[in-house]
Order: sequence, then structure tokens, then C-alpha cells
Amino acid sequence: MTLQSLDTPAVGSPPARALVARAGQGARSVAARYGVLASFLILWQVGSTVGWLNPTVFPPLDLILAALWDGLVSGALIDDIAISLQRSGLAFAAAVGLGIPLGLFMGQIRAVERALDPILQFFRQTSALALYPVFILLLGLGEASKVFVIFWATLFPILLATIGGVKEVDRKLIEMARTYGAARRTVFLRVVLPASVPSIFVGLRLSATTALLLLIAAEMIGANRGLGFQVMNAQYNFQIPLMFAAIFLLALLGLAANFTLVTLQRRLCRWADAS
Amino acid sequence: MRVVDTARRGEVTIRDLSKSFTLNGRRLDVLRGIDLDIRGGEAIAIVGPSGCGKTTLLRVLAGLEEPDRGDVLIDGAPVHGIGNQRAVIFQEPRLLPWLTVAQNVAFGLEVRGTPAARAADRARHYIRLVGLAGFEEAYPRQLSGGMAQRVGIARALTVQPEILLLDEPLGALDAMTKLTMQEELARIWREEGVTMILVTHDLEEAIFLADRVLVMSKDSASPTRLIELDLPRPRDRSTPAFVALRRRLMAEFGLH
Repeated sequence: MTLQSLDTPAVGSPPARALVARAGQGARSVAARYGVLASFLILWQVGSTVGWLNPTVFPPLDLILAALWDGLVSGALIDDIAISLQRSGLAFAAAVGLGIPLGLFMGQIRAVERALDPILQFFRQTSALALYPVFILLLGLGEASKVFVIFWATLFPILLATIGGVKEVDRKLIEMARTYGAARRTVFLRVVLPASVPSIFVGLRLSATTALLLLIAAEMIGANRGLGFQVMNAQYNFQIPLMFAAIFLLALLGLAANFTLVTLQRRLCRWADAS
Repeated sequence: MRVVDTARRGEVTIRDLSKSFTLNGRRLDVLRGIDLDIRGGEAIAIVGPSGCGKTTLLRVLAGLEEPDRGDVLIDGAPVHGIGNQRAVIFQEPRLLPWLTVAQNVAFGLEVRGTPAARAADRARHYIRLVGLAGFEEAYPRQLSGGMAQRVGIARALTVQPEILLLDEPLGALDAMTKLTMQEELARIWREEGVTMILVTHDLEEAIFLADRVLVMSKDSASPTRLIELDLPRPRDRSTPAFVALRRRLMAEFGLH
């Protein structure tokens, strides 16, 4: 009878030396994790000021940060962030709202899944960007076509991951629930749905990345606001620090979206944690 | 010590039960006219080579498969499909990984509509019975194989079935854990007074636990045989009577 991985070593009050050792260990682990990123940023800064890099293409980081600060304080970049978040958020929410329920349904009913799978595969393989002109023709050059192209691209990862999750639920667990007399609805709510959550999250994280990718592409074509537009616009006007500021914000947006989803997944799937 | 019930509780009657499968276009008669009377509270073991249909028989009894012909009667009434009198313990524990031990054990009762608080109470009792007190909040991935199987056993007992159907429940455990679990099963069966129908490929396990052993064969020419195990309980694997029975059962399979 062993209980694996529950036992934690007993910790008494640590003497000062152990505390220092632990702090040193902590610093080392931070260095191991972020050291390369820090060196990259330092190299950029130094390289740009000393002249190893062309400062017109790669301005020093302090200039980029100053441009970022100005943009945020004046509110110009805040506007861009708001509209970009609105576009990608709306599209993502719509994809989640349609993709998860539809996926749960399709994954359960084999005939529906079999009938719809070929067309789904076909749509999925058609690049959303290639279809963007079609959406513009149909929906105009306004917000609708931008939101729709992002929605289109984000729907499929969510839908397919959800279908996959439902299909891969252990039949033996379903059979177990049935031997206790569980009705279809109970089996779905208590076995199929929780078992699909990890797979659904894989789809959500993939979709979140895709949403930002498509956002930038959509904003680079026929938009006059948004972070993607700002990247292009700053480049046209040769405001290179501002361009990098917008790129930096986009990266931050992606990190934030991923962080949110990972945190949510950790909370919902504590049972599946490796440690 | 078991109270002899005047009502026929947990009594299973199998009448002329047949089932066949079609495999690669060939008809496979898995069960051929099986007749069997199981007394309430009896422990019966079903043994036989793989492919003899012992698991199919158990699945028909559980209501997971419909027979082609014949009837299963429980306490005199024919049954079809899944019913509240029966609970199944599978070879794998089949625990829901997102539920704690306590929630897993309460699962069966909750599915059957018992209020959560009462289900939790009952679950606690059976967790103690299978010797897992203190592990209520653990998740299945934190348990060893033997512990996980105990949780599965507790879950089945919580619904207080008349009939416990066990499909090679200890088959996946290591030899040491298996011995402990066999003693646990013997104790639980004695304390709960349920009818126990156990499919196993372990002859010693069958002799250790059962009142009678049903020997099934793959060969359609030789019929199923029923062997009475007249051994005092608790059983001791090293007594001459036990050893003799094991030898006899092995001879049934052409071993030695």
C-alpha cells in the first residue's frame, strides 16, 4: 500500500544558511529560465547603441519603450488595443460558443460526424486568409468581415479538438456508468464532458494563437485602427520604434491569452496534473 | 455469520442461455444452452480457458449483452438489461480520474438518484470497509493498482447490490497484492452477504473464494461442469484438501 506522489518531505524551520541556499537556488532557476531572453534583450540594446545593428531598423530598446509609453499615455495605442481585443475577442467567443457545443454533439453521434467530417476537413484545409477576399465581397470592408475571418480560422481547431475529445473518451468508463443505470444525459454530463475538457483546452489554446495571427493579417488589409494596422502604418511612416511597440504589444497579448487559458485549464483539470 | 434470508434475495437462475457472435463472417457459439442455479449469498467462480465465454456470460448477467436465447432470472423474475440488484467490478478499476476517491465511490449512488449528502455518508462507510480511510480526497492517479481496485470494489458495494459480478477483478494486480485482495474479498463477501459471481482464470483464486466452481470449456463437445468446494472457511491454501482440489481442477484443464 503506497500512496505515490502525495507524500511531501517534512520541513522543519530552516536555519539561515539553508534559507540563503534556497534563495540562491531560486535565483539560479530564474536565471536558467529567463537568462537567454535577458541576454537577447541586452544584446539588442547594446548592439543597437554601439552600432552592430542598424539602429534605423532595430532601434534601441529604450526608444521602443519610450514610443510605447507615449502611445499608451496619449491613448492612441490604448484605442488600438481596445479595437483589436474587440475583434479577436468577439470572433473567439463566437467560435467557442459554436465550436464546443457542435463538437460535443458531433462527437457523440457517429452518423453526423461521418457525414460532416469530409466537408470540415475541406474547410479546414482552405486557408482563412485565402477566403478573406470572399468574406470582404460578402460582408464589406468593415468590422464584419474582419471578425468573420478570425472566427472562421478559430472555429476549426476548437471544433475538431472537441470532436476528438468526445470520441476518445474511454468506452470502459461509459460502460461503467451504464452499469449503475446512468441515462444518456448523465453519462454525457458526468463522464463524456469532463473527460473531453483537456482536449477542448488544446483546441482553445491553438485557436487563441490563430485568432491573434488572423487579427494582424486582417488589420493589415483595409483597417485604420488596431494593433495590426499600427504595425503597418508605423512602418509606412518610418516610425520604427512605434512599429516595434505595437509588435511588442501583440506578443504581450498572445502571452496573456495563453496564460489565461493555462491558468483556467489548471483549475479545471487539477486531476490531470502531472505533479 | 450470515443470516439466512427467507425471501429469495440475490438468487440467480440461468435457463438455456445461448449467445453467438459473428467474427469475420463465421458464427461463433460462445454460450451454448447454459443452465445454472445460484443460491442467494453464494459465491460462485466461473473458470475456463480464454475464449470459452466466461466473460460473455458475466456480461449477459450484468445486462450489458442480450442473450440470443434463454433467460436470466433474479429472485424468480426474468431480467433484461441493467438493473439495481447487480453491480459489476471490472478487471480495471474504471475510476473517473477527475473525481476524488470519495466522489468515485459515491458515483454509483448519485447516478441512481441518492441525495449527495447521503451518498457521501454511505461512501465513507465503504471506503473504511475496503481499508482506504484517510485517502478520501486522493485522486485516482495517486493510487497504486491495488488501492484503485479497492476503490472500484467500494463503489460497487456502496449501491448495496444483491449480486456482485466480478470480471477478473484481481487479474491485473501483482502476486502479493492479489493474495491480500483475495482475503479482503472473502471478508467483504462474508460481511455483506451478497451473491458473488466471479470470473477468473486463477484456479487457486476460485478455490479460495467460491462455494462452487463452474468450469467452462472452449470445445463444444464437452459440457460445462460444476464442482462443489467442500472446504471450511476461512480457507487455507496449504491444507491437503485445498491442494487436492487444486489438483483436481487443474486436471479438468488437462494440466498434470
